Amino acid sequence: MSLLSVRGLRKSFGSNVVLDGFDLEVSAGECVVLIGASGSGKSTLLRCVNLLETVDDGVIHLGSEDITDPRVDPDRVRSRMGMVFQAYNLFPHLSVLDNITLAPMRVHGRPRADATAAARAILERVGLADKASVRPDELSGGQQQRVAIARALVNSPELMLLDEVTSALDPELVGEVLDLLISLKAEGMTMVLATHEMAFAKQVADRVCFLHGGAIHEEGPPAALLGAPSRERTRAFLSRFVGL
Amino acid sequence: MANPPDERVDAPGGLTDRWVPSALEQERRAYRRSRTVRSAAIASISTILVVGALGWVLTHSSGWPRVQETFFDWDKAVASFPAVLSGLWLNIRVLLVCAVLITVLGLTIAVMRTLRGPVFFPLRLFGAAFTDLFRGLPLLLVLLLLGFGVPALGLDGLPQEAVFWGCAALVLSYSAYVAEVFRAGIESVHPSQRAAARSLGLTHTQSLRFVIVPQAVRRVLPPLLNDFVSLQKDSGLIAVLGVVDAIRAAQIETARDFNFTPYVVAGVLFVCLTVPMARFTDWVARRQGFQGSGLV
Repeated sequence: MSLLSVRGLRKSFGSNVVLDGFDLEVSAGECVVLIGASGSGKSTLLRCVNLLETVDDGVIHLGSEDITDPRVDPDRVRSRMGMVFQAYNLFPHLSVLDNITLAPMRVHGRPRADATAAARAILERVGLADKASVRPDELSGGQQQRVAIARALVNSPELMLLDEVTSALDPELVGEVLDLLISLKAEGMTMVLATHEMAFAKQVADRVCFLHGGAIHEEGPPAALLGAPSRERTRAFLSRFVGL
Repeated sequence: MANPPDERVDAPGGLTDRWVPSALEQERRAYRRSRTVRSAAIASISTILVVGALGWVLTHSSGWPRVQETFFDWDKAVASFPAVLSGLWLNIRVLLVCAVLITVLGLTIAVMRTLRGPVFFPLRLFGAAFTDLFRGLPLLLVLLLLGFGVPALGLDGLPQEAVFWGCAALVLSYSAYVAEVFRAGIESVHPSQRAAARSLGLTHTQSLRFVIVPQAVRRVLPPLLNDFVSLQKDSGLIAVLGVVDAIRAAQIETARDFNFTPYVVAGVLFVCLTVPMARFTDWVARRQGFQGSGLV
């Protein structure tokens, strides 16, 4: 059974229909990479799954729970997922450590000592143990994004949603984040990530989905989809990437 | 322009590669220095001339002795100083109490106005009505209504002291302004911060409390302090209720012989009170300028 199941999802902003009957199944431990032009609905899909947007129609299941049911508590559903944003969205007035301990303490009710220990362990894991007490604006973009990933990971989410997490980073910093995601995948974390970084698709994806026209236009294993796309629109999109 | 090697000097201690400005740069610096000295000299001379001329005209005009006698009578100033100063102590206490209450009430109203959902409609309506009403009503009118009107009702359980109602009027009026400052701050925090907070599972209230409001308050600190500078002098308006503050004390002293020097004394004291606060506000604003941008 799928961990995440999206069926017939529709979402529009005004007259702009972004997702139109979107279907996606993600099994536990799977890493699905969403590619597609800007505006093709990658971010909108992730925001709908995280309940940051209200869907117009369709159903999203997390495990066996229909999370699009208005009777479910969105805060509890969100606390089961970790979301990472393109612009990191760290809290600038809090230290790195406090950014990470905020949700464990306030959402999951863990005592401060416990949350701090968990945060320090996770900072160690993302290679930033020495940065616990600094403010986010003193870190490089790659370090900030690793803190944002740590902040999402500390709550032991069932599912990680990553929205163009490297679009603001230079190639060297992209490498830092990519290494972290590869190790997460090795541990069996379920991930859905939207990206323009084809290296991500190649190195971490179990499956790559090309979004076009409000739905998945073509999908497949990375080698097949990136190497020999069968549909014209996919070929046209991928032909713009040098070195594929 | 290349710098010939013979123009480099050896630094003490044998460091041969120490940088010495080139002849061109030294010439440019000398020129800039000479311009600075010239500008300073022109500014000083013109200031002395203008102030001197104004002073001479003022003190040699026919009415000056009467102005000096009525506004700048040293003996009168010394005599009235203790009374005015003890009045000012009341202004300071009013200021401190009101500043705390205004901050709390202003922030509460601002948060009320940002609440979403139909359940909170009455609170939103109350917040909007409160700010519209008390930003529109002249402070003097509120003071007179509360200070003279309410005690005249003779209702049981309500305080009768003029100071209490004076403070109430100040708190109501200023909270409306301060609430708008806070609301502007809350709305200036980028929506992505809210999205990040909510995606972690924080509730709307928790997002406000731990993420949005702390950032908002930092941003609006300079305009907020500016409102408190304004409150410092408006605390003198409670004098209309007969409370003996600095202004009322000066008025009493003046009434003895129609010499206005005590008013000048009170004015100088108020300025002395607000100037440090204004400088502190500038300092805070400058500090925010360094770190306030580009964070979100």
